[in-house]
Amino acid sequence: MKIDRIQLDHGAGGRATHELVARAFLPALANPILAELNDAAAITLQGLRLAMTTDSYVVDPIFFPGGDIGSLAIHGTVNDLAMRGARPLYVSVGFILEEGLEIADLERIVQSLAAAAREAGVQVVTADTKVVPRGKADKIFINTSGVGVIPPGVEIAGQNARVGDRVLINGPMGDHGVAVLSRREGLSFQTELKSDSAALNGLVAAMLEASGKVHVLRDPTRGGVATSLNEIARQSEVGIRLEESRLPVREAVTAACEILGLDPLYVANEGKVLAFVAPEDGEKVLAVMRSHPLGREARIIGEVVGDHPGRVVLETGIGGTRIVDMLSGEQLPRIC
Amino acid sequence: MKYRDEYRDPELADRLVQAIRQRSHTPVRLMEVCGTHTVAIFRAGIKTLLPETITLISGPGCPVCVTAQEDIDRAIALCREPGVTVATFGDLMRVPGSESSLHQEKARGADVRMVYASLDALELARHLPHRRVVMLGIGFETTVPTIAAAVRQAKQEGLTNFLVLSAHKLLPPAMEVLLSAAEVRIDGFLCPGHVTTIIGTGPYQDVVKRHGKSCVVSGFEPVDILQSIHMLVCQLEDGRREVEIQYTRGVHPQGNPRARALMDEVFEPADAAWRGLGKIPGSGLKLRPAYSAHGAENHFALAVPPSREIPGCRCGEVLRGACTPLDCPLFRQRCTPTHPYGPCMVSTEGTCAAYFKYHTA
Repeated sequence: MKIDRIQLDHGAGGRATHELVARAFLPALANPILAELNDAAAITLQGLRLAMTTDSYVVDPIFFPGGDIGSLAIHGTVNDLAMRGARPLYVSVGFILEEGLEIADLERIVQSLAAAAREAGVQVVTADTKVVPRGKADKIFINTSGVGVIPPGVEIAGQNARVGDRVLINGPMGDHGVAVLSRREGLSFQTELKSDSAALNGLVAAMLEASGKVHVLRDPTRGGVATSLNEIARQSEVGIRLEESRLPVREAVTAACEILGLDPLYVANEGKVLAFVAPEDGEKVLAVMRSHPLGREARIIGEVVGDHPGRVVLETGIGGTRIVDMLSGEQLPRIC
Repeated sequence: MKYRDEYRDPELADRLVQAIRQRSHTPVRLMEVCGTHTVAIFRAGIKTLLPETITLISGPGCPVCVTAQEDIDRAIALCREPGVTVATFGDLMRVPGSESSLHQEKARGADVRMVYASLDALELARHLPHRRVVMLGIGFETTVPTIAAAVRQAKQEGLTNFLVLSAHKLLPPAMEVLLSAAEVRIDGFLCPGHVTTIIGTGPYQDVVKRHGKSCVVSGFEPVDILQSIHMLVCQLEDGRREVEIQYTRGVHPQGNPRARALMDEVFEPADAAWRGLGKIPGSGLKLRPAYSAHGAENHFALAVPPSREIPGCRCGEVLRGACTPLDCPLFRQRCTPTHPYGPCMVSTEGTCAAYFKYHTA
């Protein structure tokens, strides 16, 4: 059955999204920079290497434990730039507002956005506002773009993973997705969980200062850690081996995922970074991460191997083996 | 005790694997008939730990997958009825019918809502008095009591706009059909833990006495499954054929009489069509006369297209355990989770989806 309309799956960040990009966007827009499909584009302009990124924020609900659509907009944009090793500098923000949105809510969101920008050390230098009639948008959508500078000699991209690299993560998976889900209408479960939404540029800067052998950085947002690792395995044409016993997940996230039939490996994060580091620098980078507030629970979770290129394989908690595939569509709950 | 960490303990798992290896000499074929078991086996990588003497076969354990094409088409036809809100468990959304799917219908503007429980659908009916809310009733005996409860509640409240399309299935008749057909050699069953919580072990006595197969009712954590496989191997090596409960923390031999009474009050057995197994007498449920006003079939004259099976799709054989997804020419080549041909690839507990997502070559 040929899919002829956009479905929610297309926005989940997994296979369906990738297929849509390949089918509807790349053929018309193709150029070598876009085709790399990294979180941010690296552009050389008059001798300066710039990183540029764009993002849109449609999170529901707009206020959630640990953040809101405003702070999220800054964190996500800053993080995309940081994933190329860039120093984030300037951000643009475009607001699409639904008629009827309470201005008090808008102000709260903008204050939050501004605070996040200050904390991340970026300036919002240009902005835009549009208003659409009631029902044509869901309260508020935010689009951003971000620009940063990549220091000379820094080559961090999804295609750069090498056999032997250690795979690191700065903390537990799934906090953001579960926190947001817990506030969605129709799904009330009690949890103290907060989104992990945070700007990672400070942590990344510390990591890059400690080691010049960080090959790949990726923030595992939609589609979770599993999807990001699959993307990198494909981009770099390498295999990745994970150890389930090393994967950090909070008790509360595991419990929520068990009840809802979700897998933490596929749940969105907004304050996590995956780092691929040459084996000789793995422990050093880990130590630096652990000494930073956003990396206290950092772990080495796997390594890059020459086998099964393009695939991620997991050694399960009981010593068995299985693959970890990319997310296919939206995660749906169990039936029985 | 959290029951999670203990039943995932790697040392305990390793001891069970060693115990299985020590006892298993004769080649045996064990079938699980629960989609959650299929996925749990793959997620823990259990097949990669077992000796070659043991073959695990996936059976008709996913209620979404065994739902007949005509029932999917009926659900889709309901979406197109004016003033209807269709409430469904998530997994059914993307199952391809003969011409469309619930997901496609939703994208085209039909009011299709995903619910986690039948009581959510009841709540929808209360909030939308001007619409007819139809709950797509699929599931095995684990789910049926909850649907029955919702229907009974609806009747008590006079919620005439709450309707159910019953495509429920009962598992023991399917096990009987599989064994009688003898198309696939099965030596023992990993019996579904939560279905058995409801029905008790009585229905498996026929499997043991008439067909001479071993049964162990299994929990869902890796240690549960390994222990159950060990118990099955021991039975078979000892020459014993009986029904044992591994999942003692969840299952009593008599099951849950209250749940069964509720099921019995609202539903009665009916013939049902299963994908892959054909029509099985008494394997489905329909609303009893006292509750038939809440049956969707009594409110709509649905225009259902003639059911079209998908050319090349081997879901039926996969469901019977007659082949694995690897034997299907569409698997991975054309049939993937984003472009599924059959329900076994769509459902999160479908055998083909499990192979696609977890199977190492």
